Amino acid sequence: MSIQSLKEKVKISLLVNGREVEGETEPRKLLSDFIREDIGLTGTHVGCEHGVCGSCTVLFNGKAVRSCLMFAVQANGSTIQTVEGLAKDGEQHLLQKLFTECHGLQCGFCTPGILMSSVELLNSGKKPTRREIEEMLSGHLCRCTGYKGVIEAIESACRTNECKGGEN
Amino acid sequence: MTYIGKPLKRIEDARLVSGEGTFIDDLSPLPNIHYAAILRSPHAHARIIQIHTEEAEKLSGVIGVVTGKQVAALTRPFPVGVKVPVKYYPIAVEKVRFVGEAVAVVVAKNRYIAEDALSLIKVEYEALTPVVNIEDALSAESSVLHEEVGSNVVNHRIFRYGNIDEAFKNADHVINKKFTFPKVSATPVENYGVIANYTKSEGSYTIWSNFHGPFTLHSVMTAALKVPSNRLRIITPKDIGGSYGIKSGVFPYMVLMGVVSRIVNVPVKWTEDRQEHLMASSSGTDRVTWIEAAVKKDGTILGLKMKYADNVGGYIRAPEPACLYRTHSNSTGAYRIQNVEIEAIAVVTNKSPTGLIRGYGGPQHYFPLERMIQIISNELDLDILEVIKKNLLTKEEFPYQTASGGIYDSGDYHKALNLALESIDYEEFKAKQKEGWKNGKYLGLGFACIVEPSGSNMGYVTLALTPEERAKSLPKSGCSEGATVTIDPQGGITVRISTVPTGQGHETVAAQIVADALGVDPAMIRVVAELDTLTSPWSVASGSYSSRFAPIGSSAVYQAAHKVKRKLLEIAKNHLNTAMDKLVIGDGKVSVKNDPEKSISIKRLVGLAHWNPEGLPNGLEPGIHESAFFTLPAAKSPNELDLVNGSVTYGFVFDAVQVEVDIDTGEVKILNYTTIHDAGSLLNPNIVEGQIMGGLAHGLGAAMYEELAYDERGQFLTGSFMDYLCPTATEIPKVTIKHIETPSPLTPLGAKGLGEGNTMSAPVVIANAVTDALKPFNVSIDQLPLTPDRVWSKIHHQNAVKI
Repeated sequence: MSIQSLKEKVKISLLVNGREVEGETEPRKLLSDFIREDIGLTGTHVGCEHGVCGSCTVLFNGKAVRSCLMFAVQANGSTIQTVEGLAKDGEQHLLQKLFTECHGLQCGFCTPGILMSSVELLNSGKKPTRREIEEMLSGHLCRCTGYKGVIEAIESACRTNECKGGEN
Repeated sequence: MTYIGKPLKRIEDARLVSGEGTFIDDLSPLPNIHYAAILRSPHAHARIIQIHTEEAEKLSGVIGVVTGKQVAALTRPFPVGVKVPVKYYPIAVEKVRFVGEAVAVVVAKNRYIAEDALSLIKVEYEALTPVVNIEDALSAESSVLHEEVGSNVVNHRIFRYGNIDEAFKNADHVINKKFTFPKVSATPVENYGVIANYTKSEGSYTIWSNFHGPFTLHSVMTAALKVPSNRLRIITPKDIGGSYGIKSGVFPYMVLMGVVSRIVNVPVKWTEDRQEHLMASSSGTDRVTWIEAAVKKDGTILGLKMKYADNVGGYIRAPEPACLYRTHSNSTGAYRIQNVEIEAIAVVTNKSPTGLIRGYGGPQHYFPLERMIQIISNELDLDILEVIKKNLLTKEEFPYQTASGGIYDSGDYHKALNLALESIDYEEFKAKQKEGWKNGKYLGLGFACIVEPSGSNMGYVTLALTPEERAKSLPKSGCSEGATVTIDPQGGITVRISTVPTGQGHETVAAQIVADALGVDPAMIRVVAELDTLTSPWSVASGSYSSRFAPIGSSAVYQAAHKVKRKLLEIAKNHLNTAMDKLVIGDGKVSVKNDPEKSISIKRLVGLAHWNPEGLPNGLEPGIHESAFFTLPAAKSPNELDLVNGSVTYGFVFDAVQVEVDIDTGEVKILNYTTIHDAGSLLNPNIVEGQIMGGLAHGLGAAMYEELAYDERGQFLTGSFMDYLCPTATEIPKVTIKHIETPSPLTPLGAKGLGEGNTMSAPVVIANAVTDALKPFNVSIDQLPLTPDRVWSKIHHQNAVKI
């Protein structure tokens, strides 16, 4: 494909945090950029753009994905949940409360991505061991916390929620 | 105190867990912002012959391409604290001196187009011989990076304290070793970001950036931009995605984007990507240390000679060469050693420039020092704890003046050591270790004692100059910080701070302090942490570095809050018809001691100050708006003997770490990490715990995984997070943290800084533990990180020694 055809805009529509979103985007535009720039949801952060740091993680049809490793056009027709969609009716999600409770964040830049992966884990209904939580978290870089508070928050969420399906 | 010292939850968290934080890339403060992308050098060392930008300029959506010559025409080289004439611009002008150095900037409608245009720029280079290693740079034969300097040595000082010759003459043993510390970064997950706008009619620059100081660099930037200081307005966003010192290195890009905005005539936004960050942002120095200890046979250390050379990369950039001097006052660590010689050298090589990083100078310094304690005990065949205890300062010796002029304010190092020993069973471990060696199981135990300096004295940086050179300009001292506490006409309390937090929870702690001073709920207080150089209460030392919030920043908040309290009491005194010392503040009101019926609400007092100044006591100003600036007299400028107290408070860390080494794979497994801290009085134990764990993870990374690696041609090898390995959750060992508290006698709340101690201690304590585990192989760890291949080579390239 020539550069020109890559620049021809494509119409896409998707459901983001329960809201219908329609947009026109170049085929090469990353989903992370589309979420931040076109939809204006700046809670999804970009830290490496090569799929290691995990900051840009969102739920794509319920699965945690790196939005920097997808093009926006690939998300056409999908359901996306970002950190802005976690609280319901003004009430924080259990994980949001516990991250504060357990001092699971400092600068908060990596936090939205970690929260989204944790939501996926919580929704899976599994009862993860501490090691399994660490394995899940190893897909995220946090340079502030040393992960201790993060692990405690997720462990505590899994316990409190008995991992029955991620309701608030 | 109701709130200080309590593990309050952070007030920052609510926005950050909701996606409502405001980071630099989230900002769009002006209309018509265009986006910059930077073309970078693929060469370590080369002359720029010509840059062809025509094709790039023709691309639709591109509004301008800027090269080094255009930038140099509008700026001056950045000033730096050494006397050599290094010309450092934020973009290469005639030569490139490291892989990743900026060569051209494209400004376009969006980042995608700007990056497309980069590939259309053609640069002709003439490759030059690179210099990569410190020891090569020290040689007169090496190719010279900066012709005007004539050598790759950019700073060289020798210091002698006490009677070093006598110490070495009286020694039973003299032990020499050489150690190498790697170039590491702290890789905040948020990269650098800048939005810059030049206002032609005012001749002024407004620059938004995730820069956190030190604001000494404001003067470096205005000098480069050739503008009066109030024509450079710096605004920081509400949230900064981590830094650990690294983001102080964004300042050249702030200047670069300011000038680019001026040339292309639109506001310009630049967001760094990860590859750019790893190859060209900032890092700690790599360092070679030659260390020599004069010891008695009972383990007493009589004297130390240390020669160390820091690699500051392609340019010496402010505040370097401060890394050489940050630990100068505590160069003898926790020990009673009064005879010291230090030779400090900074060299330039074809690697990326360096700057502040968590622990600044500490990891490089304690690696040789604390390795030597173990080596001394091995060579003298003494128990290591005996050597430590023999030299370790006792609590009766505080305040203790070190050979180089540091004044340790308080401490009880033996108590911390004993607390650590209670947590591990030393004798049992030694028995287990011996047993293991017989069965091919290699267990090791390492110790490290770290004096953790905090609250840097601005004066220490001038050690880079000789006393004669220093005498030619005004002395530098102090550690000033400002804060403002305001109460608006309806009683709303606002605190404005200039410490520019990057995740350390300053908003929470400031609210705790003001809440205690004014007797209100911290939830009522609003803290504004974003700094604006035109409106914030800042000073030259402002910013976030050297763990200075607890000793300095919090003290400025404390003072400002107490000024407000005094004013409220003055007003209340009149109304309640009583003496000041009879008044107490609490529960939102001022009341008379032992007569709680007589009281007046703070809201009412504030109302008077704003709505009815007529009713104020004589001489009292209307309104409630108090600023305070805090410094400590202990932060004096260096004297003519080069004695300096480089920090105002000194905490202590004692680490005991157990490891197991797999001799077939070289893998090091940390079994248990015990760390004892003394940071004086703790302001918020919740935040303290987080800071310690974070600092430890950085030290662990440097010890085990991280290195900004270059090949022998200066080609950069670790440009992604798949090459530059940061610890993830699965690499963090079991950590036991315990505290003792010997309050600082210098700070109003008794607090000292913390959060850097384990960044300093972890590399050496792990190296000590691995050396201990491999005792049967007579292996001594003198280089980091401890990657499996490095450990394996150490084991298998030496002959095994039987136990």
